[in-house]
Amino acid sequence: METIVGVVISGLLLGGLYALIAMGLSLQYGVARVLNVSHGEFIMLGGLTTWTLYTAFHINPLLSLAVCGPVAFALGYVLHRTVYRRIWASSPSPGVFESNSLLASFGLLFVIQNIALFTWGPEIRGYTYLAFPVDLLGVSFGANRLLTLASALFVGVTFYIFLARTRIGKAIRAAAQDSTAAALMGVNINSVLAVCFGFGAGLAAIAGMLISMCYPVHAVMGIPYTVIAMIVVVLGGLGSIPGSFLGGVVLGLIGSLVSYVEPALTLVAYYLIFALLLLVRPTGIMGR
Amino acid sequence: MRTDGITWLKLRTPAMLLLLLVALATLTLYASTYTVMLATNILMYVILTVSWVLFSGPTGYVSLATAAFFGVGVYTSAILGSVLPLPLVILAAALASFSLAALVGGLTLRLKGVYFAFFTFGLVELIKHLLLWYEVSVTGLRGRFVVVNDSGAIYYVILVILLLLLLTSYLLRRSRLGLALQSIGQSEDAAAHTGINVSAVKTIVFALSAVFVGAAGAAMATRWGYVDPYIAFDYLYSFTAVAMAVFGGPGRFAGPILGAVVFAFLRELLITRFPYIYMLVMGLVLVVTILYLPQGLIELAGKAPWRKLRGSRESA
Repeated sequence: METIVGVVISGLLLGGLYALIAMGLSLQYGVARVLNVSHGEFIMLGGLTTWTLYTAFHINPLLSLAVCGPVAFALGYVLHRTVYRRIWASSPSPGVFESNSLLASFGLLFVIQNIALFTWGPEIRGYTYLAFPVDLLGVSFGANRLLTLASALFVGVTFYIFLARTRIGKAIRAAAQDSTAAALMGVNINSVLAVCFGFGAGLAAIAGMLISMCYPVHAVMGIPYTVIAMIVVVLGGLGSIPGSFLGGVVLGLIGSLVSYVEPALTLVAYYLIFALLLLVRPTGIMGR
Repeated sequence: MRTDGITWLKLRTPAMLLLLLVALATLTLYASTYTVMLATNILMYVILTVSWVLFSGPTGYVSLATAAFFGVGVYTSAILGSVLPLPLVILAAALASFSLAALVGGLTLRLKGVYFAFFTFGLVELIKHLLLWYEVSVTGLRGRFVVVNDSGAIYYVILVILLLLLLTSYLLRRSRLGLALQSIGQSEDAAAHTGINVSAVKTIVFALSAVFVGAAGAAMATRWGYVDPYIAFDYLYSFTAVAMAVFGGPGRFAGPILGAVVFAFLRELLITRFPYIYMLVMGLVLVVTILYLPQGLIELAGKAPWRKLRGSRESA
């Protein structure tokens, strides 16, 4: 019984992180139509920045949210305005934009990764923060991991309310349905798409900050997280933000179950699910 | 006089190609070991790049799985190298890569391009993890030793693989299959309506393009002597193939070759002393090419002043 509770709770803890990562990617693909394979690099930047702030300046990891989030948002916003906007303008069709933006993000992946290698070096970095055990339904978990889930839920729910209730949120949802129609209805589409891309980067950086509280971080950690985010986005349904959240939790539970049996095969199990999904239901849980 | 000029113009390109081929085929007779190894590297990158363009060029489906097929080739060589002769090992590697690509293509290419891109991107990571788990839990060792071959022999194997690839690429462009592929790239729906089995054509060409990558991986592994999953399944190979092809210009036959040669030289200059700078430069070049030179370097070469000069002379 205790092991089942343990597996489920640690699945939820993992799922919260996955959900956050996938929401960012889902926003970037679902609205801005950019297949951003450099998503994981923003996670890495968030994690390593938090590590630097904590070890060099003793800044509380949670407070580094105030730095990571806005800086990553600005970076994403500028990237969309300079790179992806230009590609959009020069692409004759959405299909061409999709491949060219994918290629550009593949290039950016290596640009960001190597800047990070230059800055932080290839070493694995970690710190301990709130690492004392907390008893939960008879199973003990690190307080930092529980804090991670709480923060992920808080950020996820806040962001969802933002999308559902604010004017910008409405514009984003309109752009997600049909960006041309939204532009014709008076939505400043360039700005909305750039904001979406920025939010995606910001969410990734926040996820990176949370990851750094529990797991070691390093300059080449991004790609596996990008792969996981992609699987979650397909599992949840391409372009659906609630779907991404749900997909994240589902994959987290599966991951926790598999790593209980054989930790080295977690990613392999995710891929098996990915392949099955493509065979049986490529539209995912909440896809149209 | 005038007819002579025309025959010379017609013969010039084939003559120069023949000269280049002779120079490449006799390289080990006059060049140093270092030059032979450098040439092997360059030709290997040309193979990766031209293979990528074979499928992704006409269709626009971006494959990020070159490293996976390369790694499969490397590991086929590591496993079978001690029991089979080199030609059979390379054949086995080609077959393994073909099967893997056919499986991936069959699974993803009936869906939208997004799924293909996502799946191929993670494929490298998947195989690396699976292999690491297998090596650690079954064989108990992380790496493997590979039977080493002479650098001259490896050079000729790579050269033969490249020539076969170029021949395949040339013939494919003129075949029904190649035409079907091009029409898919222009409009997939229209291609399907004219009676082309769209998924099958895409899958066959994708699998065919993986053959040469796997074969090159198997040959290169015999130069290294030691491999582990991190060396064999390195994202660098996917990235290099894509960057070189886009930089050179995937639309023309010579574009990817030009891109690969330029980058392979740059790599030789930078990789040992400044590995991060090399990768950084390649990433930047990829982004800048997409933004400012979408047709690639070959387009720029076509616009060069001396070309205009010659063009005016030809028309006169």
